[in-house]
Amino acid sequence: MSGLRVQGVSKSFGTLDVLRDLELAVEPGEFAAVIGPSGSGKSTLFNLVSGLDRPTSGQVLVEGEPAGVASGKVAYMPQKDLLFPWRTVLDNTALGLEAQGVRKKEARARAGALFADFGLDGFQRAYPSELSGGMRQRAALLRTVVLERPVLLLDEPFGALDSLTRTEMQLWLAGMWQRHRWTVVLVTHDIREAVLLADTVHVLSPRPATVVDRVEVPLPHGERDFTAPEFAAVERRVLEALRGTTAVTAP
Amino acid sequence: MRPVLRSLWPPLLVLAVLVGGWQLYVTTAGVDPTTLPSPARVLAQGWANRADLWAQTLPTLQETLLGFALSFAAAWLVAVVLDFSSAARRGLYPLLVASQTIPVVAVAPLLIIWFGFGLLPKMLVVTLTTFFPLAANLAAGFAATDRAAMRLLRSLGAGRWRTFRLVRVPGAMPYFFTGLRVSITYAVVGAVFAEYAGAESGLGIYMQAQKTAFRTDLVFAAVAVTAALSVALFGATYLVQRLVLPWERKERRS
Repeated sequence: MSGLRVQGVSKSFGTLDVLRDLELAVEPGEFAAVIGPSGSGKSTLFNLVSGLDRPTSGQVLVEGEPAGVASGKVAYMPQKDLLFPWRTVLDNTALGLEAQGVRKKEARARAGALFADFGLDGFQRAYPSELSGGMRQRAALLRTVVLERPVLLLDEPFGALDSLTRTEMQLWLAGMWQRHRWTVVLVTHDIREAVLLADTVHVLSPRPATVVDRVEVPLPHGERDFTAPEFAAVERRVLEALRGTTAVTAP
Repeated sequence: MRPVLRSLWPPLLVLAVLVGGWQLYVTTAGVDPTTLPSPARVLAQGWANRADLWAQTLPTLQETLLGFALSFAAAWLVAVVLDFSSAARRGLYPLLVASQTIPVVAVAPLLIIWFGFGLLPKMLVVTLTTFFPLAANLAAGFAATDRAAMRLLRSLGAGRWRTFRLVRVPGAMPYFFTGLRVSITYAVVGAVFAEYAGAESGLGIYMQAQKTAFRTDLVFAAVAVTAALSVALFGATYLVQRLVLPWERKERRS
């Protein structure tokens, strides 16, 4: 069994139930988006998939193995770019490999090989403070991708960017994904982002979160257009699924 | 170098006004030079006795640097231990804070009794006066590491030491330099003070001897040398910081 399987996962912190009986399956090469109201436990789900935390019950399997930081199967890109100001861009992108124990020289060579593809050529020796917001996110994604782990986990990667840059980055990521076909789980609260990028949008309910709807995006990658009526129709379906979840629990 | 000059001239101007006023007061009021010598006299006599002053400066500088090196090593050791062990943090840190209430005035003569008139008690006084700001700032710098950065490193499978080396140490550097600057200004004064408590040579014992001989001008000259040493060491921390943390300047510029 490959890809990612989240099977009957519940997670509680003391008396607080954050996830309840959550099911999620992502096939290899699939782009999955997870969307939910704020406070719905997206980051808890995130910690379980990245192996930073363990479920209270149920299991998270990556390529058939329980998720754990030691298994090295999930590469995670945090919400903040977390580029370190004291490292050059090249050294920042090599950091993930170094953290895994790869020698500095080899880590640099492997990260450096991806610079052109990520539109960062010429900025190897710059410091993060010299980059634009979009470039910083590209560098953060490069740091994640260069690990070559089977599953990429992206946590609201463009949440901190201004609207124009965000759109630009979403289109860029769509293009990158089409060329590389990574297995991606994108956690977001941006409906348009989810519909633009994903094959399937998994809609979470408020706490305790469970997947209440799965919206397949029937539009071909590469031809998705925010302004097209078909695009808006999918967005509406996701929005309705989200509305439904809040209506159920509204007092 | 231009921004450096720009930040240097205002204090130099204030200093010039103060020294000028002092000179004016002493010459117009005709103050006895054993009470308060004029700056010109301090300068002239200091220059005339430069060989002697220099001979006394060297041991003080040696005590300062060796004591500071010891302090530096101890501060890193303690800060790392505090960072790695919450038991040490709970047990040791309050004692470290409390230790700062012990007056060095009382301890310095005791150190002379225990370790004699040589180098060691002076080094220890310098260490005692400079250790805390260094260790406390370094420990605060380690502790200030972004939690999201720690999670990222952990998700990559980095162990404690590797996380410490890759993130906590470089992240703590700006804090470390803050502590370094605070403590280095105490270092020379610490050494001079230790010499006051008993020494064979050094600026401290020189000041004491000149005071007894009513050579107030030479006391001032020795004070000026002490101040110049402190300022030079303080300035050196900026140079080192620029070499060690080249990214800070680029960050400030952007």
